[in-house]
Amino acid sequence: MDKRLSARDAVAQIEDGMTIGIGGWGPRRKPMALVREILRSDLKDLTVVAYGGADVGMLCAAGKVKKLVFAFVSLDFIPLEPYFRQARQSGAIEVMEVDEGMMLLGLRAAAWGLPFIPTAVGLGTDVLTHNPEIKLVDSPYDDKEWVAMPALKLDVSLLHVDRADFRGVCQIAGPDHYLDDWFARAAITTIVSCDELVDSEFFHDPARAREVFWERAATSAVVEIPGGAHPSSCNPLYGFDVAHFKAYAASVKDGGIAGYLQQYLGADEAEYQRNVGGLDAIKALELPTY
Amino acid sequence: MSTAATDYTLAELCIVAAAEAFRHDGEVLATGIGVIPRLAASLAMKTFNPDLMMTDSESFLLSEPNPIGKRPADFHQANETWMGFSRIFDNVWSGKRHAMLGPTQIDRYGQTNTSALGGTYRQPKVMMLGARGFPGNSISHANSFFVPGHNSRVFIDGECDYVSSIGYNPARLPRGRSLDDVDIRRVVTDLCVLDFGGPDHQLRLLSLHPGITAEQVQENTGFALSIPATVPTTPAPTQDQLAIIAALDPHNQRAAQIADNPPGNRG
Repeated sequence: MDKRLSARDAVAQIEDGMTIGIGGWGPRRKPMALVREILRSDLKDLTVVAYGGADVGMLCAAGKVKKLVFAFVSLDFIPLEPYFRQARQSGAIEVMEVDEGMMLLGLRAAAWGLPFIPTAVGLGTDVLTHNPEIKLVDSPYDDKEWVAMPALKLDVSLLHVDRADFRGVCQIAGPDHYLDDWFARAAITTIVSCDELVDSEFFHDPARAREVFWERAATSAVVEIPGGAHPSSCNPLYGFDVAHFKAYAASVKDGGIAGYLQQYLGADEAEYQRNVGGLDAIKALELPTY
Repeated sequence: MSTAATDYTLAELCIVAAAEAFRHDGEVLATGIGVIPRLAASLAMKTFNPDLMMTDSESFLLSEPNPIGKRPADFHQANETWMGFSRIFDNVWSGKRHAMLGPTQIDRYGQTNTSALGGTYRQPKVMMLGARGFPGNSISHANSFFVPGHNSRVFIDGECDYVSSIGYNPARLPRGRSLDDVDIRRVVTDLCVLDFGGPDHQLRLLSLHPGITAEQVQENTGFALSIPATVPTTPAPTQDQLAIIAALDPHNQRAAQIADNPPGNRG
């Protein structure tokens, strides 16, 4: 099955009001080109589930988000994501704030077809106070109460990987695949952008096959977008764009998201990349040191 | 024994005091978030607790802590195994971890806030990071805290605006659990070292940094502390410890962690 699609056609599968999972972590390997395609669309009222970075900030600022499911939103070296803060401090979005691990359990429950997964995580904290929909359950095996972390069922997941073939075999060569495998499994439709489209033979090397973290049946669409994670990183191909993130963060006080999008977004990804200095400049971005 | 230093910064004193939190941990993952906690965990691993495990703050476990900041092009870190985020949760929930972090608020119960200040939950006055992994950390394994500016806005009167982590609060105790299940270890600040070993888990003064008085600490804390009749002075770093810290922090990032980088002895 040939799953290749253009970014526009892939994102056209998303409908108003859907629940969208976004892979990556903070400023790392975010499917930003797909997020930009949402920014160019008239989509609205989305519920977004993410280990958030500028993906969440931009979608909130552009009025695409009705509800956010999050544990944090951060750009790491800029700890507080400016547009996420603005959205929260203006009361613009509904939230379901959970622990990082609870989000993982919610994705696993959705992937496994379970209504919930029991955990101690969240007990005694305001995660429970502010999310009355998260229930406590009794254990049939002990006398303790446990948090029943509900399944986080996703209509669509958006992911970015290093390489993929036309059938949706996806390689993440970087140091961490984060929770992308669970986002892929928790969603009905998983749209994957890749820096490079490769022949299926690429994966015959067992070392590369070990860098594939979900089966192709969990990939619905493949979109080839070199540099598509920019301004987030796609280690080892490129680091995150410190200067661009600084300009993005500064825009919250000077021009707002409208000014930022006017300057950079463009009508398509080719225009975006011209506006940020070109693909060669993206691929030359230094890898971060932690 | 190496000789005690006479010339050291407050940041270095805090690193040494915070390293003590990991001394008796045995073989657990030591996670120090931020420059001083990370250097503290690294110092502990390099000296008195070599059994500690540590990550590269990205995705590998190391058998030798990385120096912080940019490293030479020919630097090879001592990888031990892959330790991506999903595997971090496997470790957290197994309990074999001790994290040291810097929350924005800490209340009398040892509950912390990393998420939001003021306003309402729907519309907070100041939005911060979010709950992050604090709920899971606090119910799963040992935790310590580092506070670079000890004042009553951090150590607040009343409960945290948002409770990110479980503490010794009877009103929030989950059914079937005991307050003793909560494992908060050391609190290291720019003024002193504390723990929750006072009566009924009251925050207790363990040692005062040189030149600081118990009155100063109490004045800068929004609730009553347990203060023993005699409070020792936080031990100065040794020359050996200072040399190891300098090697772990070649760009001297520690100098930028506490306002004005004061000397360790403020007497």
